[in-house]
Amino acid sequence: MQNTWQNPLIYLLAFCSGFCIMGIELLGGRILAPFFGSSVHIWGSIITVFMLSLAIGYLIGGKYSTQSASLKRYGGIFIIAGLFILPIALFATPIMEWIFLYIEDSRYGSLLASAALFFLPTIVLGMLSPYSVRLLVTNKNESGQIAGKLYFISTLGSAIGTIVTSFYLVLYFEVNQIIISFSLILVILGLGAILANKHSNAQKVSYA
Amino acid sequence: MLKMAYFCKLSMIICLAAIFLSTQVGAEIIHNERSLYRNIIVEDTGDLRCLRFNVKNSKSSQSCFLKSNPQSLVFNYTKLLFSALLVNNQPERILIIGLGGGTMSNTLHQLFPKSRIDNVEIDPSVVKVARQYFGFFENENVKTYTQDGRIFIKRALLKKQKYDWIILDAFNGEYIPEHLLTQEFLTEAKQLLSTNGVLTSNTFSSSTLYAHESATYQSVYNEFFNVRNQKNNNRIILVSAQQLPSDKELLQRIEVLKPQLSPFNIDISAIYSSMTSSNTHQDWPENTRLLTDQFAPANLLNIE
Repeated sequence: MQNTWQNPLIYLLAFCSGFCIMGIELLGGRILAPFFGSSVHIWGSIITVFMLSLAIGYLIGGKYSTQSASLKRYGGIFIIAGLFILPIALFATPIMEWIFLYIEDSRYGSLLASAALFFLPTIVLGMLSPYSVRLLVTNKNESGQIAGKLYFISTLGSAIGTIVTSFYLVLYFEVNQIIISFSLILVILGLGAILANKHSNAQKVSYA
Repeated sequence: MLKMAYFCKLSMIICLAAIFLSTQVGAEIIHNERSLYRNIIVEDTGDLRCLRFNVKNSKSSQSCFLKSNPQSLVFNYTKLLFSALLVNNQPERILIIGLGGGTMSNTLHQLFPKSRIDNVEIDPSVVKVARQYFGFFENENVKTYTQDGRIFIKRALLKKQKYDWIILDAFNGEYIPEHLLTQEFLTEAKQLLSTNGVLTSNTFSSSTLYAHESATYQSVYNEFFNVRNQKNNNRIILVSAQQLPSDKELLQRIEVLKPQLSPFNIDISAIYSSMTSSNTHQDWPENTRLLTDQFAPANLLNIE
């Protein structure tokens, strides 16, 4: 018997991961501009890297969810994602300086820089979608409906993350402050999921 | 008597209406394309040919020239850019960021045939249109690079190049490339200036952005000249690698420049009178936040 608050918690986490993914993607253009400019191919590089790593993330997340899936492991993915986006704030400049020196063509320079900064964290964030489905689905009949609801909520998070970041956050905060906040949010949510897992296990024991 | 005044007024209205109609109705679009970045429209109005980046807003002309007299500069702001010559009257290496129709490059090449002029333009279609419709002239001294301005400057720094005059004309009324307005960028541009180098920037900032932009230039260059004729939001910011010249020095240089610039319809004395120093006329709040690569919402600030 699952707790009634477990599913809303998973939806909330999925919403936040969607929010952070698009927030980071949007800031990507701002982060790359000083070294690779604002030509159209900058967005080409960023979107390519995000789509590719999300695709890989879905595959890995789906596979990982087949091995004793739990809210604890789900929370673990959030914590790793949060930690993986920290280097974007901490090391972006030296990484981009290095790439700028060695690659003259700003198309490939921006592609490599996007990959170096966003590839790993976005893979981990991508893992969350199939993993959420695994935790939410309890029978075959409702699986499509639940997947639909999950994508609705996480994509809604992405839409809101995009507009909030581009309309308001950049107007008040520095890029790195926003990135570090996203990181903190993901880590806190991950810890929350792990604590909730402990709590529900304890309840299960007491019911038994 | 009253009737006479009425008649005068009427004839004036008719005259103004005629001018208005001739600019509106007589305009003929001779080229129209959607490039990767914008709509590019070339429009002929009698003898006047203009490059526009947008259809509806008539203020957004980027570059204009008279077909019968290509060397006469039509735009006020392009004339104001020549205030840079008061700081350095023999620029041998010139960098223009933002090509437009290439009229600035053409004029400067006529004025300084031996100087090297590098034009940097992000949009390949603009370069094509400048060549095709605006007689944009290139040779071994005048070169064009299709690149983002910031990258060009960063690469030029790596190659240890220097410029005597950098003209920043990448802004238009509608969109500001935010990475060309930050403290880091202005520092890079400063490093690219020769000892006697000068930078002029044509900007469109209004209200909130005006203060942020001013504070950022002040922080990098310690002082700048605001050059503007009317109280609209179009202004030229003039800065230099060294300290800016004093009033006395400026007045001496005007005399030298006058004959040189008059064939181009440029009145350097008038330009001088429209210059104000940021040190004597600081018209923005003291605690204005600086624009940096981390904080650069220039377009959002410009609509506030």
